[in-house]
Amino acid sequence: MPAVSKGDGMRGLAVFISDIRNCKSKEAEIKRINKELANIRSKFKGDKALDGYSKKKYVCKLLFIFLLGHDIDFGHMEAVNLLSSNKYTEKQIGYLFISVLVNSNSDLISLINNAIKNDLSSRNPTFMNLALHCIANVGSREMAEAFAAEVPRILVAGDTMDSVKQSAALCLLRLNRTSPDLVLMGEWTARVVHLLNDQHLGVVTAATSLITTLAQKSPEDFKTSVSLAVARLSRIVSSASTDLQDYTYYFVAAPWLSVKLLRLLQCYPPPEDGAIRGRLTECLETILNKAQEPPKSKKVQHSNAKNAVLFEAISLIIHHDSEPTLLVRACNQLGQFLQHRETNLRYLALESMCTLASSEFSHEAVKTHIETVINALKSERDVSVRQRAVDLLYAMCDRSNAKQIVAEMLSYLETADYSIREEIVLKVAILAEKYAVDYTWYVDTILNLIRFAGDYVSDEVWYRVIQIVINRDEVQGYAAKTVFEALQAPACHENLVKVGGYILGEFGNLIAGDSRSSPLIQFDLLHSKFHLCSVPTRALLLSAYIKFINLFPEVKGTIQEVLRSDSQLRNADVELQQRAVEYLRLSSIASTDILATVLEEMPPFPERESSILAKLKRKKGPGNLHPDLDENRKERSANGGTVAASPTPSTDLLGLGSTITTQNSAPPASKGTSLLVDVFSENIAAFPVETPVAVGPVADENFSREGGLHPYCTLGDSFVGIQSWQSIQFINPKIPDMRCLPLAPFPSRFVCKNNGVLYENQLLQIGLKSEFRQNLGRMYVFFGNKTSTQFMNFAASVVCQDTLQPADPTVDGGAQLQQILNIECMSDFVDAPVLNIQFRYGGTLQNVAVKLPITLNKFFQPTEMTSQDFFQRWKQLGAPQQEVQKIFKAKHSMDTEVTKAKIMGFGAALLDGVDPNPSNFVGAGVIHTKTTQVGCLLRLEPNTQAQMYRLTLRTSRDTVSQRLCDLLSEQF
Amino acid sequence: TVWIRFILIQNRAGKTRLAKWYMQFDDDEKQKLIEEVHAVVTVRDAKHTNFVEFRNFKIIYRRYAGLYFCICVDVTDNNLAYLEGIHNFVEVLNEYFHNVCELDLVFNFYKVYTVVDEMFLAGEIRETSQTKVLKQLLMLQSLE
Repeated sequence: MPAVSKGDGMRGLAVFISDIRNCKSKEAEIKRINKELANIRSKFKGDKALDGYSKKKYVCKLLFIFLLGHDIDFGHMEAVNLLSSNKYTEKQIGYLFISVLVNSNSDLISLINNAIKNDLSSRNPTFMNLALHCIANVGSREMAEAFAAEVPRILVAGDTMDSVKQSAALCLLRLNRTSPDLVLMGEWTARVVHLLNDQHLGVVTAATSLITTLAQKSPEDFKTSVSLAVARLSRIVSSASTDLQDYTYYFVAAPWLSVKLLRLLQCYPPPEDGAIRGRLTECLETILNKAQEPPKSKKVQHSNAKNAVLFEAISLIIHHDSEPTLLVRACNQLGQFLQHRETNLRYLALESMCTLASSEFSHEAVKTHIETVINALKSERDVSVRQRAVDLLYAMCDRSNAKQIVAEMLSYLETADYSIREEIVLKVAILAEKYAVDYTWYVDTILNLIRFAGDYVSDEVWYRVIQIVINRDEVQGYAAKTVFEALQAPACHENLVKVGGYILGEFGNLIAGDSRSSPLIQFDLLHSKFHLCSVPTRALLLSAYIKFINLFPEVKGTIQEVLRSDSQLRNADVELQQRAVEYLRLSSIASTDILATVLEEMPPFPERESSILAKLKRKKGPGNLHPDLDENRKERSANGGTVAASPTPSTDLLGLGSTITTQNSAPPASKGTSLLVDVFSENIAAFPVETPVAVGPVADENFSREGGLHPYCTLGDSFVGIQSWQSIQFINPKIPDMRCLPLAPFPSRFVCKNNGVLYENQLLQIGLKSEFRQNLGRMYVFFGNKTSTQFMNFAASVVCQDTLQPADPTVDGGAQLQQILNIECMSDFVDAPVLNIQFRYGGTLQNVAVKLPITLNKFFQPTEMTSQDFFQRWKQLGAPQQEVQKIFKAKHSMDTEVTKAKIMGFGAALLDGVDPNPSNFVGAGVIHTKTTQVGCLLRLEPNTQAQMYRLTLRTSRDTVSQRLCDLLSEQF
Repeated sequence: TVWIRFILIQNRAGKTRLAKWYMQFDDDEKQKLIEEVHAVVTVRDAKHTNFVEFRNFKIIYRRYAGLYFCICVDVTDNNLAYLEGIHNFVEVLNEYFHNVCELDLVFNFYKVYTVVDEMFLAGEIRETSQTKVLKQLLMLQSLE
């Protein structure tokens, strides 16, 4: 065979490539390329007709330039011209250029199709193959329309060369994938199936792929392929290692074809015909036997090829799940691989055994390998191998080994890779519940989960432990005692405080007899955590307190005092304030009887499938290559659990005050209500009060039940409603030097409003609901798909500094996706964060970037004050840099009521009767940031005659004065 | 339905020496995939498997000197068959270019596409016999 020398045939191309490689910098490369492009352009435009060779050379250069990553906007016509050349090399370059560069909507498509047509009918196998490869590579709708009828004819024609048949089969496969409606197999079916008998194994290989794809779609039409595939497989498996000559790979007979035939058979149940079935069983036994034979070569290629067939055979055995002997043999074989020195084999054995564990015939056999698998969990270097070990332990778990497996998983959790922690937590929680014989073990396990990996314990997990404790009398006292002890740790995870608060609120009385856990001690313990917790947890604790008042009349006074304190009764958070007020009132006016009725112990929850299990099933990886592939992705066995890890924040990210978490959740798309507005009205009911973790319109049926006050009813997303979500973090909007992107600002009405439509184009509508309290805020962003087509690869991320995050990848047509942003104001700021949205609609990528209406005034707390106070403070803020004043023309009509509403919407308290001139407006408030509070006073003096305003801002910080003045002056 | 989504040959520095796509991606997405694959594959060492989960798919890869040969397939697909598919392809390249090196792939990029199309088409294995492929390539060579 002659060696191919560098760039032979096209010297100019080789020189050009060398030049490019010699370029010292990107600039030099671009310069060289531009020079070449100019040269090529002038050649193409020149008066002199180019010969085929030159055309080929220049087109090839253009292709090279394109592959380097540069845009090419000419030369397509010349490439198309090459297609009609009679020289192979010219044609080949033409087809290559078309395959790589031409998109389906090119106006050259009819010329291209014409050239393909000529080549297909040329009876020249080389040209036919070039044309078929081009169709297979491009696979466009237009090509399917033009050739879907012709290709099958070529495939089954008696005089078609073998290599053309191979190409035709796979070309047809591609057309079937891209335009199944155009590829009608009907009359060709039998002849295509018959290709499995072809004497050319290359043809059989290609045909098997085609038939497998078609059989998956219409198994009935292709079921005659089963007997042919078994016969073919049998001949291969029983052949001597040299029989198949060209198709023997490192002493293994036709490994790829064997794998493909075994895959085709997995489209069908075990053959009904006894003879065929017997023959297949024989094949599978032979393959298993061969695995035990001494290797014919020491090369890894030999064992890999052999094992490729073996693993596929085992897949088929598992798929049939009907031959106990084969299943057990398969399991033993995999057991040997578990200790193999090749990491690949250990990985594959763990993976394959996972599916074996779900078969009743082999479950016990799999269990015998538990020690090896546990060892793998501890010693494997590759995290993906450890992940498979976790999957397998989960799959092989049953009542007999649950304690051991759960203990091993728990201890692994402490050192586990962050990427798989959440999944392990879910798995442990499920196993602990499923196989709990005594529920004390279950309670201990879940508390350990929170202790070891609190950040990865999702709400479902701690909801579930509460459900179970409430439903099982026998464990309530133990649970109360255990959480009480756990809470005594100086630092406990917030999830533990939640569980502890809930359980002590319900069952604290069961341990109150012990003087070490008297009611007062219990209360003090809980309350010592209060100030460290987030608002939802505080809300839960307040409910626990009122429950305490009912359980323990002796601590009523202490608790009422806490409820009565300013930090509760006047809490800036509406929900906390409301709870404090209501509970205090309830405890003061209600009789003991009424109190006991209202605060009765929670009734048992209805039994249902564990929500955690549902979550594990639903959990999916963060992104697809391409969403429409999703359906093609076979789920691994339910038991094995195909759970791709989604990114979760690591501990330190959550702990920092400067971070914000974002939840993504796709609320169950309400079919009838397609647009944003509708869903808005639906959602409003879900947000009347601060429901910090309520992520969708799903009513919280678990906690709010009929009868009695349910203090926990705002706990959050229901056990059933939550979709997979990701916690992500971003830097908050304080950064003064934040990148300014060239975007349109948000509508200025959002300065004084928190809800509404932020952005809208023909495809997408973005709505907002937001709420702010002190230096914190929460924004619900609704993405409405206005079309009837699914958006794919949907990603919404917030840029505050330079951090980008993924979101849920698809939005169905007419559906709506919701994202929740938690916001914290660190210090005063000017630039608003930017919301970047990217998604694929139809074929094109859409980009939208909008500024989020998060402005400094959102962190205003209104302050009421008397006229005297106001002017005293006004004077105190008299330093020149503290005051900013602006005189401006009115842009809107100068309506007093509208102005008042705007000032209040801006966030300041509107102070009546402070200014001696009644037509002036004055306001006061405090801007809350994490580090400081900035007192602000404002005065707006309208001059209706001149249609002018004068706005004066005085605050203790010059930047705040300036910013607020800028923001507010835009409103009138 | 399982098939190859793409084949990539990259060097250690992340330069692409071949990118063959078996489904529609736009150019930005291709670039992203190329970078992600490089990031995922190059951090792994000889003790790791030749398989790595990638989005909802997996990459089967093998390193030859400074080049990574990567095939992206469905998670349920047969790992070892593609691993040896790569090796079979590399042996053909080696024979065709007589001790293939990275530069051969650079200067003869348009021929590499021909080799790929002979062995893989529409994301499926087309021909596995090295003898047959090389015979065909030799025939095509003679047409120059």
